[in-house]
Amino acid sequence: MTHALIKGETGEWEMVIGLEVHAQVIANSKLFSGASIEFGAAPNTHVSLVDAAMPGMLPVLNQHVVEQGIKTGLGLKAQVNKYSVFARKNYFYPDLPQGYQISQSDHPIVGEGIIEVDLPDGSTKEIGITRMHLEQDAGKSVHDMHPSKSYVDLNRSGSALMEIVSEPDIRSADEAAAYVNKIRMILRYLGTCDGNMDEGSMRADVNISVRKPGDEYGTRAEIKNVNSIKAMTQAIGFEVNRQIDIIEDGGEVDQETRLWDPVKLETRALRSKEDAHDYRYFPDPDLLPLELTDELIERIKATLPELPDEKKHRFMNEFSLNAYDASVLIAEQNRAAFYETVVKTAGDAKLSANWVINELLGALNKAGKDLDDSPVIAEQLGQLVARIVDNTISGKIAKDVFADMMESGKDADLIIDEKGLKQVTDTGAIEAIIDEVIVNNPDNVAAYRGGKDKLFGFFVGQVMKASQGKANPTIVNELLKNKLS
Amino acid sequence: MTDLTNLTIASALNGLKNKEFSATELTNAHITAMENARDLNAFIVETPEIALKQAEVADVRYANGTALPLDGVPIGMKDLFCTKDTQTTAASHILEGFVPQYESTVSGKLWDAGCTMLGKLNLDEFAMGSANTTSHFGNVINPWKDQTNPNIDLVPGGSSGGSSAAVAARLCLGATGTDTGGSIRQPAAFTGTCGIKPTYGRCSRWGIVAFASSLDQAGAFARTVEDCALMLNTMCGHDAKDSTSSKQEVPDFTKALEGDLKGKKIGIPKEYRVDGMPEEIEKMWQQGMDWLKDQGAEIVDVSLPHTKYALPTYYIIAPAECSSNLARYDGIRYGQRVEGEDLTDLYELTRAQGFGEEVQRRIMIGTYVLSAGYYDAYYIKAQKVRRLITQDFENAFEQVDALLTPTAPSSAFAIGENDDDPIKMYLNDVFTVPTSLAGLPGMSVPAGLDSKGLPLGLQVIGKAWDEETVLNVARNIERAANFTAKPQILGVSKAA
Repeated sequence: MTHALIKGETGEWEMVIGLEVHAQVIANSKLFSGASIEFGAAPNTHVSLVDAAMPGMLPVLNQHVVEQGIKTGLGLKAQVNKYSVFARKNYFYPDLPQGYQISQSDHPIVGEGIIEVDLPDGSTKEIGITRMHLEQDAGKSVHDMHPSKSYVDLNRSGSALMEIVSEPDIRSADEAAAYVNKIRMILRYLGTCDGNMDEGSMRADVNISVRKPGDEYGTRAEIKNVNSIKAMTQAIGFEVNRQIDIIEDGGEVDQETRLWDPVKLETRALRSKEDAHDYRYFPDPDLLPLELTDELIERIKATLPELPDEKKHRFMNEFSLNAYDASVLIAEQNRAAFYETVVKTAGDAKLSANWVINELLGALNKAGKDLDDSPVIAEQLGQLVARIVDNTISGKIAKDVFADMMESGKDADLIIDEKGLKQVTDTGAIEAIIDEVIVNNPDNVAAYRGGKDKLFGFFVGQVMKASQGKANPTIVNELLKNKLS
Repeated sequence: MTDLTNLTIASALNGLKNKEFSATELTNAHITAMENARDLNAFIVETPEIALKQAEVADVRYANGTALPLDGVPIGMKDLFCTKDTQTTAASHILEGFVPQYESTVSGKLWDAGCTMLGKLNLDEFAMGSANTTSHFGNVINPWKDQTNPNIDLVPGGSSGGSSAAVAARLCLGATGTDTGGSIRQPAAFTGTCGIKPTYGRCSRWGIVAFASSLDQAGAFARTVEDCALMLNTMCGHDAKDSTSSKQEVPDFTKALEGDLKGKKIGIPKEYRVDGMPEEIEKMWQQGMDWLKDQGAEIVDVSLPHTKYALPTYYIIAPAECSSNLARYDGIRYGQRVEGEDLTDLYELTRAQGFGEEVQRRIMIGTYVLSAGYYDAYYIKAQKVRRLITQDFENAFEQVDALLTPTAPSSAFAIGENDDDPIKMYLNDVFTVPTSLAGLPGMSVPAGLDSKGLPLGLQVIGKAWDEETVLNVARNIERAANFTAKPQILGVSKAA
């Protein structure tokens, strides 16, 4: 349980959080124009006549984005609405060329759904999805390039966003983080959003209120400009305390929009309910209602990949992994695929999991590399693990081999061969080493035989050392026991 | 040589084909007429150099036998159509100096068919008006004069007043218009010209400055029904760049012109007998029925019970859409900008100085009807009534093939006459607005002159996508009416 209650002066408080996640759709072009959506291009180079809202220009819906929306709806296990309507949200701002954002209001493309989030303590919780709709992103206003002027970059103007709205089911910062992580993971699995929060392709607005457990919902504030999970956690922490302090001091929380300041680590009022825009939503007369056929939805359903939760449960069943290992392995699609290849080659699922999670990911992390850039590919790691399984090398030697592989990119077998690391399983050879060790350590032999059982490890160590680590430990154990008894 | 400005498009095409005159000669004749009639203020921008260049190329095509369907036909382009490299203003100060880098689909089709562009025609600002008195570039004068009071200037109708005046005064053979609530049909009636608004979705709206997206539709002005059909043949057709444009196949409209009306049923909607309608218009309407009867049609009384709600419905939906469509004119990217203390100030000054009074009125009405708390009562209600109005027509068309009504409740009135009373001005469109709300094709055809010597028009309304019947009925009226009267001001003589 991460259902955190916060202790105030008047007792315990509960936070109630709902999230609006804005995710930029992976697509060839913008929601209603053919302009590119490539990130990082020079300002105002990806702007069509439609994006700049030139007179007489008309939006044409990007079919691919619609399909991405349907896919996302299906991936969130939500209702895909066969009838949806694009509406205009009217307001003035320089980076909104049309003077309205084309969005969806009363009839979104995706309705209610539910996702399961994984909490740090290993438990899971279901969070409801209220809806998901498609909308245009705005351009970008730049206020810090000139002392008295603002600049506008319309590259982002008209890009397709999915706004995923959760139910107010979230009760802690951990749950909020887990929710965003899960949404991100699902979208990345689906290939509908790259989830890159640094580049702004995923952002969240946080609706937050506090109440005494069991009471009605309190008045909520909406926090904007939350651009990372860390920022979200910090913002929630700050805002909850701010609201509790207000109420405990006898005040009332205002319904308002607040801005997270990542430098001062505080939220501050942006606009109050009274100043709230009247967006004057109405159906966009330039666009026909969007009607989807069952065939289209079915066709897209057939292309869905195995989703994170399904994969996790399969890994737990098929590979007898614990929930933690499974969660780590499925966090990224390529990681899960890597793991499955290792298992296929190595045979031992648990051992493979340990090697992927502890050795490989650890080493990559240390080297600051992504899995995709790993010098050791899945088949190679599988081969290495297979050599442990078939007793060619010990786990200890395997770590040395692995270190070499990370350096050289060579196959495990080649390194084992070149360095002569193959394990000695010849009992005659091992017996000879044992005999020598016994001869060289008469005092310890006597002490052991006199009841000092702990010295057994000393003998194992001596034998392994003498064999340069290549002696099969099981055989060494067995023979030593016989010889020393 | 015959007066080239008095030709129809069809006869001009014949003359060009038979080498009786060249496209350059034809265009030059109209350039002279246009220059002679500048007092009418029909054009915001004249583009004789473009027209002559186009005519030159047309002549080459005539010479080598590769002439296009409308090759060498000089036309005027309503200044609501964006024209590449030629200023496009929508008759608004806010767009003064705006030169598009693109060509509207419909104007592009006309140039591709060989038309030559004489210039950009005046209109009511953003096509909002019924008298062409809201233009930032001044009102247009109707070339027709009231015989009982010849010294006063009359309106040419609106919003396509430049188009109607130019075609009537023989400044061009044809012109484009747009019709949102009657902006082609009413000016056509006021100037003794033919004007057709096809079914919503027939012509692409891409590149036409938007007024009310769900109503705006391009159409044609000419002096004969046949000429309108010729222009429509080129203007219509699906355009992937306009999501509301239809994939409906475009027939050869000229083929629909011949043939009488045997077996056809023409409906007379009783709700169009409005109080205070001049007797002359009533009489003209009756005359129209008799003509159609003579051509074998059966006249059937029909009812369009929700007609009386059409104007209020229109004046909610059109301003609502306009308030949003015109939000892009903010002084940030193009057009006029008035610098202010801060951003809000810049917006307010730019829009207050850039938009005229009527446009501001409609933006405010539209903003109001979409506001929280009023949206359901106004906008949603209006959409429901719009559906009922459409249904009225659908029911009527189960009994009849077309409807016949007067186009406007009066003939052309004096400039300034209705300016102080917007409601009275709006009433001009009482017969044309229902058709627009239902998205149906409608055409005004000149039927005769009233006692002041001013033209009156009859309106033919058809089923969706059935422009052919509309044109056929209109052609029968045209033949029977034999309207040969000409306005007092013509481009060929120096304007009065």
